[in-house]
Amino acid sequence: MSAARRTPRPVSIASFAQSQNVRRDDEHNEVEMLMPVIAEVFGTIGITKDDVDFICSGSTDYLIGGPFSFVMALDAVGVWPPRSESHVEMDGAWALYEAWVLLQEGEIDAALVYSFGRSSLGNLNEILALQLDPYYLAPMWPDPVSLAALQARALIDAGKGTEADFAAIAARSRKDALANPKAQVANDIPVDTLLEDDYVVSPLRRHTLPPITDGAAAVVLAAGDKARQWADKPVWITGFDHRMETHALGARDLTSSPSTAQAAERAGVAEGSIDVAEIHAPYAHQEIILREALGLDDTVTVNPSGGALAANPLMSAGLIRIGEAAARIASGQARRAVAHATSGPCLQQNLVCVLEGE
Amino acid sequence: MAERCAVIGVGQTHHKAKREDVSIAGLVREAAKMALADADLTWTDIDAVVIGKAPDMFEGNMMPELYLAPALGAVGKPMFRVHTAGSVGGSTALVAAHLVKSGIHKRVLSVAYEKQSDSDAMWALSVPQPFAAPLLAGAGGYFAPHIRAYMRRSGAPDHIGRMVAVKDRKNAMRNPYAHLHLADIDMKMVEDSMMLWDPLRYLEACPSSDGAAAMVLAAEDAVSGQYPPAWIHGTAMRSEPTMFAGRDQVNPQAGRDCSADVYGQAGITDPRKQIDVAEVYVPFSWYEPMWLENLGFCELGDGWKLTESGATAFDGDIPWNTSGGVLSSNPIGASGMLRFLEVAMQVRGQAGEHQIDGAKLALGQAYGGGSQFFSMWVVGSAKP
Repeated sequence: MSAARRTPRPVSIASFAQSQNVRRDDEHNEVEMLMPVIAEVFGTIGITKDDVDFICSGSTDYLIGGPFSFVMALDAVGVWPPRSESHVEMDGAWALYEAWVLLQEGEIDAALVYSFGRSSLGNLNEILALQLDPYYLAPMWPDPVSLAALQARALIDAGKGTEADFAAIAARSRKDALANPKAQVANDIPVDTLLEDDYVVSPLRRHTLPPITDGAAAVVLAAGDKARQWADKPVWITGFDHRMETHALGARDLTSSPSTAQAAERAGVAEGSIDVAEIHAPYAHQEIILREALGLDDTVTVNPSGGALAANPLMSAGLIRIGEAAARIASGQARRAVAHATSGPCLQQNLVCVLEGE
Repeated sequence: MAERCAVIGVGQTHHKAKREDVSIAGLVREAAKMALADADLTWTDIDAVVIGKAPDMFEGNMMPELYLAPALGAVGKPMFRVHTAGSVGGSTALVAAHLVKSGIHKRVLSVAYEKQSDSDAMWALSVPQPFAAPLLAGAGGYFAPHIRAYMRRSGAPDHIGRMVAVKDRKNAMRNPYAHLHLADIDMKMVEDSMMLWDPLRYLEACPSSDGAAAMVLAAEDAVSGQYPPAWIHGTAMRSEPTMFAGRDQVNPQAGRDCSADVYGQAGITDPRKQIDVAEVYVPFSWYEPMWLENLGFCELGDGWKLTESGATAFDGDIPWNTSGGVLSSNPIGASGMLRFLEVAMQVRGQAGEHQIDGAKLALGQAYGGGSQFFSMWVVGSAKP
């Protein structure tokens, strides 16, 4: 992929909000979980749904266990009069991509993106097995933790990481999460103590696994005059791409992420220095793979929010990475950041978004 | 700022009750390969793949784009999965169109499918949900009361639904890919079929089909293919709430707003006069007169009169559903795309036996959910 990179129309992350991330939210349905998030994402910049021209959401029916989970969720926005609206059965980061594509055409200037999911309602090990080839893989019910363990083992065998490295990533992430009021798992436990954990599936110990999380998130995108009106110093998306790998795990080198590297090149990650990276690495060892694929050196602050190890609301964890990275720029802690989202077993599909302040 | 975009290749499977000769991957690949051949392209020419289907629970395969990526040549490319209920086939084409119109990609493959024989749609549509009234009747049971309301409002006589059922099945006889080929269909046969959901009889309802549809969309400087391109003149999506007291389910505001938007983009002020052919999502017979009104082809209350007059028949002045429509083939996730695909075929002049001579401007419409989601496009043989 050597084609010259197209310069995108500047689009800003005008607002970001997320719910409290919790292990199990029994008190709210999806609409009730979303409503305060939508209210906040509009309220912090003083706008209403009438100020956005397009709405796109990301969710999966398999979490609620019924068809069309996005249909009723739309009541959290209240689409009357009717709105231009779409939905992806993907993480909200891809919903944000669809809205960004529309904004590239220059005919609309603002969009609402949201995503939601309650992972607590079912058994994720069974549910995520249904993502696999329905003829040859799913009937054997390989669970996501076991597949991630295969990847971690391959990483160890390739000399790219150790169990102590994985523990160090988990320890750092959850210690950083102490400063994130929305985090679900935040603590300060020494690596040596973590390594005393039993294996869940060797070589993965409990601390290397993501928590099971209920949560929702929302972003307002703006271009043109609205981007300036809604922020003194807009945070701009300056590069955006996503790429897919093959589904056959046996045909992939699980210790690398060529699709992330491809998306990073297309998004222009290396065209400037990166201050902060928010990486969607649900399993600790995946941070090693993704750091390499994104070309990040040791000077880059990775997952100051705690990342997916601190809260992993399915369908929102990727969108939250974009929101968290933008927040670091808006607060002045970073000037240029990269956000990443993933989907599928062992990082099959990856999205990379480059964000810059002024 | 938006780039021009055109359909340069179309493909579809032979739609059947059970395609036991292919896997899901084989099904989508069949349609995609046909679209590529029509466009004179190969897999490597495609920049991105957009796939759509109705609920994942229909086949029991969660986020099937992951499994289907290699079958659709998407490895190393962006792949996108759309789900907007029954309108999804249309929405999938629109997302692909935006990837071209935005200037991001030159050639995008859009694919939509359903393999209903691998599934149980009635079950998947009726899973009990907390705080929601159980449907337990599939889509026909949901829509029948709205049809009754339409009949009461408009004073339409009983036989209109049967006329649509016959007309669309006769059109399907011209389409080799249609699921139902009912050579003997007539009013009596429809009337004699079993009552399913009053007033809908068995032959006034869509079948359950296995099938896939695919289209290659391209930017102006990437046009290729066996036939002239179908230029996109307008695209629109609209959604409204599922339930609230002010909602008119017979004539949804979202449908009216969506058509006003797409007509505005395409310069259409008199749809009956300006549109040469339309493919409209009619899964139950009575939705033809209802959508004739909703889409502004006539005044409110007059839709059934247009149907009765033969205006929407193959030789009428506004042929509707020349392919045989959803009433003749219903691979749910692909049904919306088949509407968009048929009108592209019409303005490209490649529809064979079901070609309307001289079709230059055409409307494709899809709706979904409880008719609260709409997607539409207008395509033409001339550049916009």
